[in-house]
Amino acid sequence: MYVLIVGAGKVGWNLARELIDKQNEVTVVEASRRRYEVVEEELEHNIQYGDGTELWILERAGIERADLVIAVTGDDEDNILICQVAKEKYGVERVVARCNNPRNLQHFELLGVKPAVSATDLIMRLIEHEVPKYGLVHLLDLKEERLEIIEMEVAEGSDADGQPVQSLGLPEGALVISILRDGGGFVPTGESVIKAGDEVLLVLDIGIEESVTERFVSRTAAAG
Amino acid sequence: MLAEGNEVSVLDENPEAIALLNRGQDQSWEDLGGSFTVGTALEIDALLAAGIENADAFVASTDGDNTNLVIAQIAQRRFRIGKVVVRVLDPGRAKWYAEQGLQTICPTQTAIEMLQRAVRGEHERRGSVA
Repeated sequence: MYVLIVGAGKVGWNLARELIDKQNEVTVVEASRRRYEVVEEELEHNIQYGDGTELWILERAGIERADLVIAVTGDDEDNILICQVAKEKYGVERVVARCNNPRNLQHFELLGVKPAVSATDLIMRLIEHEVPKYGLVHLLDLKEERLEIIEMEVAEGSDADGQPVQSLGLPEGALVISILRDGGGFVPTGESVIKAGDEVLLVLDIGIEESVTERFVSRTAAAG
Repeated sequence: MLAEGNEVSVLDENPEAIALLNRGQDQSWEDLGGSFTVGTALEIDALLAAGIENADAFVASTDGDNTNLVIAQIAQRRFRIGKVVVRVLDPGRAKWYAEQGLQTICPTQTAIEMLQRAVRGEHERRGSVA
């Protein structure tokens, strides 16, 4: 596979290394002369010097025959533009763009540049995946009494969303003591219906947290 | 554009840029009825604050070709502005995006053409190409 990478920063350089190791043909384009000289010592003929948003530089790097174009400069506009011309002008089938500022993801989407990879978003997703307690706040830990009071945000599509308190199926040792909604709070009865966006206060025996919190996170996150 | 009676809103990331708008005027830019917003072009909030939703025309003329090309497409596709004009210094990109339907103005290309005409002695008025 012929891969063209624009931007020889940490991401671009390491991607190039990996892809060369996996027997791909790789060309990296780097706009800073200084950076180019550093990386060129290792990558040699696999790196070219030039502004990868200039069409003739992309053409010199063989964009017309590239199977994959990866735009990983530090500038989101540049990454959008590179991928846009790669796809629309040069007919490159696959592009991958780096999105430096997650707020700009909407612009990548609007202009049809996908996938756009945002490190911030990836880390956030990892946190949500790896830490099932996401959305949970410990309000009070009574260690000697072996009790804790936690606050959980009710996610849309979670098991608790739309359920009355009595149908939550909470394990023994867990009790909903308050529901916070629209800036106010109330002590629920068994009939009170929990809705997505509510914050629910619970008192629990220590050690059953996991089996309680999974009812309030979205099912896809709980499955992971 | 303001002097012609249009409503004009300028967005610039540099708060000092308003000094350029005021320079050589008897009244300040804002006293003359112009608006000025500080912010960067890719920030949707800044564009909204500058009034992009009510704009009939949009001009992208930052010093970055790629910024201009991206923001112009946002103005066109997201905010559905009928008249979008983009300044692109690089003739290659200006030409291709013009072919894609963006109205690009390329000062480099314009200068090349003027110089060519001057060299060939085609300029209509003496001294007009100085």
